[in-house]
Amino acid sequence: MFGSLVSQLPIRLPSISYQAIGPELILFGAALVVLALSATVGRREHPQLYRGIGLFAAVAEGAWSANLLRLIDQHGPSLAIAGAISNDGFSAVVGIIVAAALVLTMLIGPGFVESVAGQGPEFVTLLLLSATGAIVMAQANDLIVVFLGLEILSIALYVMVGFRLRDGLSREAAFKYFILGGFSSAVFLYGVALVYGATGSTNLVKIAAFLSSHVLINNGVLLFGIALILVGFGFKVSAVPFHVWSPDVYQGAPTSVTGYMAAMAKIAAFAALLRVMMVAFHLQLEFWRPIVIALAVLSLVFGAVFALRQREIKRMLAYSSINHAGFILLGVLAATSGGVRDSLFYLGAYSVMVIGTFGLISLIQVDAGKVEGSLSLDDVRGLGRRRPAVAVLLAILILAQAGAPFTSGFIAKFSVITAVISVNEYWIAVVAMVTAAVAAAFYLRLVLALFSKDEAEVGVGDALYPVAVRGGSDQGLRLSTASLVPIWIGIWASVAITVFFGLFPTLLLDLVSRGKIFY
Amino acid sequence: MTVLDWLIALPALGALVVPMMSLPPENQRLIRYFGIAIALVELGLAIGMAVAFKLHTSSYQFVTKVHWIGAFGIAWYLGADGISLVLVLLTAVLFAIAMFTMKGVKDYRAYVGWMLLLEAACMGSFTALDLFLFFVFFELTLVPSYFLISDFGLGASGRAAIKFFVYTFAGSALLLVGIVSLVFIHDHQTGHLTFSLPALMHTRLPKGTAILLFLAFAAAFAVKTPIFPFHTWSPDTYRSAPIPAVVILAGVMAKLGAYGLIRFNLELFPATSRELAWLMLTLGVVGILYGAIVAAGERDLGRMVAYSSLSHMGFIVLGIFAFSTEGLSGSTLQMVNHGIYTAAIFLLLGMIYERRGTLDMNKLGGLQKKAPIFAGVFILVVMGMIGLPGLNGFVGEFLILLGTFITHRWWAVVAVLGVVLSAVYLLWMYQRVFHGEAKDDRSFRDLAPREALLLLPLVALIVVLGVYPIPLLSRINPTTSAIVHHVASAPALGNSGAPQAVASIVTGGAK
Repeated sequence: MFGSLVSQLPIRLPSISYQAIGPELILFGAALVVLALSATVGRREHPQLYRGIGLFAAVAEGAWSANLLRLIDQHGPSLAIAGAISNDGFSAVVGIIVAAALVLTMLIGPGFVESVAGQGPEFVTLLLLSATGAIVMAQANDLIVVFLGLEILSIALYVMVGFRLRDGLSREAAFKYFILGGFSSAVFLYGVALVYGATGSTNLVKIAAFLSSHVLINNGVLLFGIALILVGFGFKVSAVPFHVWSPDVYQGAPTSVTGYMAAMAKIAAFAALLRVMMVAFHLQLEFWRPIVIALAVLSLVFGAVFALRQREIKRMLAYSSINHAGFILLGVLAATSGGVRDSLFYLGAYSVMVIGTFGLISLIQVDAGKVEGSLSLDDVRGLGRRRPAVAVLLAILILAQAGAPFTSGFIAKFSVITAVISVNEYWIAVVAMVTAAVAAAFYLRLVLALFSKDEAEVGVGDALYPVAVRGGSDQGLRLSTASLVPIWIGIWASVAITVFFGLFPTLLLDLVSRGKIFY
Repeated sequence: MTVLDWLIALPALGALVVPMMSLPPENQRLIRYFGIAIALVELGLAIGMAVAFKLHTSSYQFVTKVHWIGAFGIAWYLGADGISLVLVLLTAVLFAIAMFTMKGVKDYRAYVGWMLLLEAACMGSFTALDLFLFFVFFELTLVPSYFLISDFGLGASGRAAIKFFVYTFAGSALLLVGIVSLVFIHDHQTGHLTFSLPALMHTRLPKGTAILLFLAFAAAFAVKTPIFPFHTWSPDTYRSAPIPAVVILAGVMAKLGAYGLIRFNLELFPATSRELAWLMLTLGVVGILYGAIVAAGERDLGRMVAYSSLSHMGFIVLGIFAFSTEGLSGSTLQMVNHGIYTAAIFLLLGMIYERRGTLDMNKLGGLQKKAPIFAGVFILVVMGMIGLPGLNGFVGEFLILLGTFITHRWWAVVAVLGVVLSAVYLLWMYQRVFHGEAKDDRSFRDLAPREALLLLPLVALIVVLGVYPIPLLSRINPTTSAIVHHVASAPALGNSGAPQAVASIVTGGAK
């Protein structure tokens, strides 16, 4: 009886292209190396070593992806590992963006996170693992592999969000993120199951082939599956109305983790979303575009409007990231190769900006003695006097997020607007730009606070002494010069990239326009 | 590189250098001198450009074109015609004066840096011939003005700065969508993705689309100008911004709106402009009357001048949409005139504020006896604003009314009321502030030599341009008559030839 259930045939493994999955192997391997080292040379003795390995892995992953991109340009894209992995320009470009986000986080994050999570290898390991998940999602050509990547990414993020164990807010955030994240994964998986039921495959290319050669008389199951998949992605990118977790999580997570999460979760989820929608369901465009339009418009409007009411900076940036998600969704709903390019540009520009922004907020928190916790607008009032460099750099990044000219944020907004206009959705472009104007108000409120003359909340002591001295109580974190160096390198790099690609966007545009999805 | 590149590059470079000048407090003046020097060199460049400018031609001069963002067909494309030229001159003059006026500023570095960046952005806006480049500069003006208003302003300047930013940004949001839509329509028709103005002028537009695009462009410029009913940001902003910033905001940046209407609305949508002229003319006339009436009721000098500015900008809009050479030349000239006398009046208001700490008319009075020279300069500027023959305001207003009367008689007839009203409220204001009983026995210092020197160029210009406007008019006229011809000769909006265009827009989804 069992003979019919258990196949007698030997299991045939597909041939594995190690070159195609090189990026994942590098990151995952580095994570294992860090863990093994920490077990042998001592957990807390060598934080610099772990970070060095992480940085090296991130750079190597970027270089490998760049090389893949070069090879793909020469020889064309292909599918690998029995069609489960897509080795195309899109995944290589996302690999490069992931590498950039990872390098910046490796530079900025560990110095701060050490203060809350100790000097162990956990942070670096989890960063590497989550980035592995992101790359799996970008390469996945099969809904099950998408789910695999999603879980690798998410589980690492759940842990990182809960790093500040002693803080109730952080515990709440981690729990909320875990419960809602798990729930959304389940919804996603249910959607995958329905799509499998309707089309007989989880492979994106096979789904597309099936849908182009068959006419479904009753396509309800398929459409419901697509809708559930969109809901799952909506949770991950925190698009309205699936955004309720994000302000709490952004506030509760350690600041560096927030910045990383804002960047990496978006890169990964949007990469997978773009590929799934463009490859598998391109023929169903007329059905899913209205859903994506609704998600985009709601995210744009509510992200901008709710942010106006926030006085807590990390919560405000959470709503701002919802607004950004709406902008990136514009590129998705266009569903053209131009839209893919513009979404990728936005993702790259946004990731760099947001990681730098949260790095600077971490620095301000160190000054204010609030280690990686929450930070209110009043805390940064008059910062321009006390820490001009921090204030100016933060102002540049905030203005870039608002879309000021000659920053990459401006070109990013411009390019997604062109994407929706090219498919004749003019009113959405108008809505998007109007929300950008509303969003400018809260960004400017932050900038206004930074350079405010009104120092009512700041005592005489604050004005007289450098702030690092003021925090001198034992609760405050004092960063050694050695750990400040990489932090400043990371922050300057993020500002420099933001301004450079604002002045010369052609370089980045050329890169992301090579990110073509293969199908 | 032509002189236009340098006009933008010089202040931009200056703005980059200034933040690096970390000097000890006693040498802060050096930064100020640096700013003044750059502004003066810039003025020299602008004058050199005016001298080298070829008369009797309406084509763009000093053209420079370099590819910038190839993927979108965006180029660094600059050029100047007569209208650009006079506005560049105005910008250079007013920035030089604004640089001299900083007094009581603590942080020279930020101040000079933002001013120089703003100057680069204004110069860029007036000379850009690529729509994207124009938009970039147009937006870029917001950032430095925001910081100038919020950091150096009077009273609750932070809120005013945010209001200013959000209002103008919302306006330009529509502009961006309009620009991109136009470019894509042009791309679908010709297969040539470009943002260059001369190329886009030949886009064929179906009627509905043309009207929507016209309105999208006009909205952005109407906020910036400001045109009634998009003016609500301006009284708050003019009232709380620091004086040098107001000189620039009201003197230069308000002209960006009117300039945009001429350069983009008239040139890109000539037939639509004819079609919708009634709307713009009506808004202009309503602005003239509404601004004048509210100004008459204002007690605060700053807000009063803001509303009078709304009224005067109404005249400029009137001249633009009159579609006669006289009207358009008058509008262009009036932009310069308005810039000059608004700058002068705000400088004078700043001096009153410095001496008395208030701009409330009820708390001022009898200043003429205490400061006769000050009062003399003030009345001269006020007369220029009213449009007394022999002073600059007269020439512009006269040409505008003449030009409008030829083509759109009834609007001109109503607008003349505005001239009368402006005489009423300005003279009334003068009377209350300078005549009558002094409200207290505090003395009121007369013009110091430094202040007099600052005002001298403006006052001289008010008189010279009133008596002899020919040097400007001869540079403006070829351009304006070409534009008027362009508008008049454009085929009327209709659905002829449009079906093909519509089909290509609707079907062409792929980029």
